[in-house]
Amino acid sequence: MSGAEFVPLSLTPLLIGIFAAIACALPGNFLVLRRQALIGDAISHVVLPGIVVAFLLTGAVTAWPMMLGAAGAALISVVLIEAIRRLGQIETGAAMGVVFTAMFAGGVLLLERSDTSSVHLDVEHALMGNLESLIWLEATGWHSLLDGDALAGLPPELSRLAVVLLLVVLFTWIFWRPLKISTFDEGFAQVLGMRTGLLGIALVMIAAIAAVAAFDAVGSIIVIAMFICPPAAARLMTDSLGRQVAWSVVFAALSATLGYVFAGYGPLWLGASDSVSAAGMIATISGVILALTALFGPRRRGMMA
Amino acid sequence: MLLEALTLQLGYNATLVAIGAMLLGIAAGVTGTFLFLRKRALVSDAISHATLPGVGLAFIVMVWFGMDGRSLIGLLIGSALSAWVGLLCVQWLSNRTRLSEDSAIGAVLSVFFGAGVVLLTVIQGMSAGRQAGLDSLLLGSTAGMLFSDAILIAVGGALVLALTLVLRRPMSLVAFDSDYAAASGLNVARIDLATMGLVLAVTVVGLKIVGLILIVALLIIPPVTARFWTERTERVWLIAGGLGGLSGYVGAAISASAPALPTGPIIVLVAFGLFVLSLLFSPARGVLSSVLTHLQYRRSVHRRQGLLALAQGQPIYEGYTLRLLQREGLARADGVATEEGQARAAKALLDEKRWEILRGLQAHKATAARYDGLTNLETILTKDQLRDLDTRIAAPREVTP
Repeated sequence: MSGAEFVPLSLTPLLIGIFAAIACALPGNFLVLRRQALIGDAISHVVLPGIVVAFLLTGAVTAWPMMLGAAGAALISVVLIEAIRRLGQIETGAAMGVVFTAMFAGGVLLLERSDTSSVHLDVEHALMGNLESLIWLEATGWHSLLDGDALAGLPPELSRLAVVLLLVVLFTWIFWRPLKISTFDEGFAQVLGMRTGLLGIALVMIAAIAAVAAFDAVGSIIVIAMFICPPAAARLMTDSLGRQVAWSVVFAALSATLGYVFAGYGPLWLGASDSVSAAGMIATISGVILALTALFGPRRRGMMA
Repeated sequence: MLLEALTLQLGYNATLVAIGAMLLGIAAGVTGTFLFLRKRALVSDAISHATLPGVGLAFIVMVWFGMDGRSLIGLLIGSALSAWVGLLCVQWLSNRTRLSEDSAIGAVLSVFFGAGVVLLTVIQGMSAGRQAGLDSLLLGSTAGMLFSDAILIAVGGALVLALTLVLRRPMSLVAFDSDYAAASGLNVARIDLATMGLVLAVTVVGLKIVGLILIVALLIIPPVTARFWTERTERVWLIAGGLGGLSGYVGAAISASAPALPTGPIIVLVAFGLFVLSLLFSPARGVLSSVLTHLQYRRSVHRRQGLLALAQGQPIYEGYTLRLLQREGLARADGVATEEGQARAAKALLDEKRWEILRGLQAHKATAARYDGLTNLETILTKDQLRDLDTRIAAPREVTP
């Protein structure tokens, strides 16, 4: 395919998909090891009411208020889960189930009751995202990457996700040692004087930021899938945390790339005319990778099997 | 309109749906209790999301064979099959690999759902799929439902409930004490599987009413709510069933009473409302009752300490204690005891002295363990025992050489 076609239509969605996948997979590594994998699931559900409330307050589909609303909702849900767990002495999973389903239901109801027919805001969009539409119309070929005017027309999601990805990478890099120690041996980390509680909250907040930014661009399916599948698959490949994180980044990027390509061009190869959902296909590919590592991964059993 | 809906006067379909939702709610509450007690509540989330590819495949297959792809029973069979595959995947991943169950749940949930979304977009591209309306199964929709579908849901709800009641006894044995259940000859693995089968049945029947994203709420919220109302685990499932039935019935009725009130979210929000009420007001574990208990405890501690200070003629500096004693007419504003205050103070001091003596006596060892600085000894010992204690408090006597 020529650059004149690839750059405007496929380069940006592909990059956005890859950035979103990696930004979610990095904190996902620690969540999977800490048995908090479903926090990603919970966060991606509660983002919907946050976005709807932000829309109702501002009356427009603009990025920053919505991201703030989503982050606020994520924060509220984490606080609620903790409150219900403590007040009712209920296990985390059940407390999470209560909070995220109720908040999601509230979001759906708000959405149905308010007039959103004029704007592009519905449940399906929230679930599946709209990766395919994030195209770069100003580009005419590879040379546009050096063209200031064309670069100004890049979808804003791309730069937002790039910033978030940078933030996630920095967080992982700076707090690597404390994260590693507190994940594997919380007691030891406390003996060393680490604020493990604070670190845990910071990790969840970073995960929430990644989820909200990715959700905005690619929908909640990819968010949940990328939080869990690439890290889980990576865990079946190696015993070392460093290598696990590296594998998870590779798997995330691979899922995003293959998923996007198969969704866009797969049906054409099979003779069909319409493309299928890229978000769904990326999640499916990450599942295939996980299935392959679960069947053939060198460390699939581990010591704790 | 709402009253009519609650009294089942909005026509056959609405009535059948409300009854079906109630039966489903009861079945979900009871089944969910066993999941909750086994601490596997979120497995149901994986099961419900895993129905989506089955729905899509069933639609495609039915269209392939020239049938109407929207046939609800066909879609439900497809959803059950793929949910079963999803459940097996969760179990295989958590048993055969080193991944923990929550990772397995999350992976299956997102991957199956993603695959389902891919199939939905495939269906949108098919000529027969334009009006498929399969996305109504995501969030549930009972508006414009066919009469036969309503009957299917009511009958399905009744069947699931009947099955749940039949399997209730072995499931509760396993949920409360799986080791004991295994020792008494039950096949724990098979009963766990049966529980999961019921969860799956609840999910499938609930697809049309509540939708696959929110059905998990009906399995989780009522049991969690029920936990606030009883400490007796064998009653949790009864209460959970009642709460689930109530949520289903009221939610379906509210949703039928006006447009733009999607059934699934309303049912979930009714259940959540009941949960919040219980969290705040339940007598045993509610927030309100624990706040009241705490305040009462604080009051009695301050009153007792204040009275002891009065009795021994010590000044009281603590503001809350002073205010409390004034309010109850035990002391004046300057901290001097009133007549009643003096009497109560003397009594408190006597009680404290009795406890002190009692704690020195081997014979009262069990009673002494109940000392908390608040309980009045008169409420524990008999009059004779008290008299016996009092003889030991006698004033110091002169020792005769």
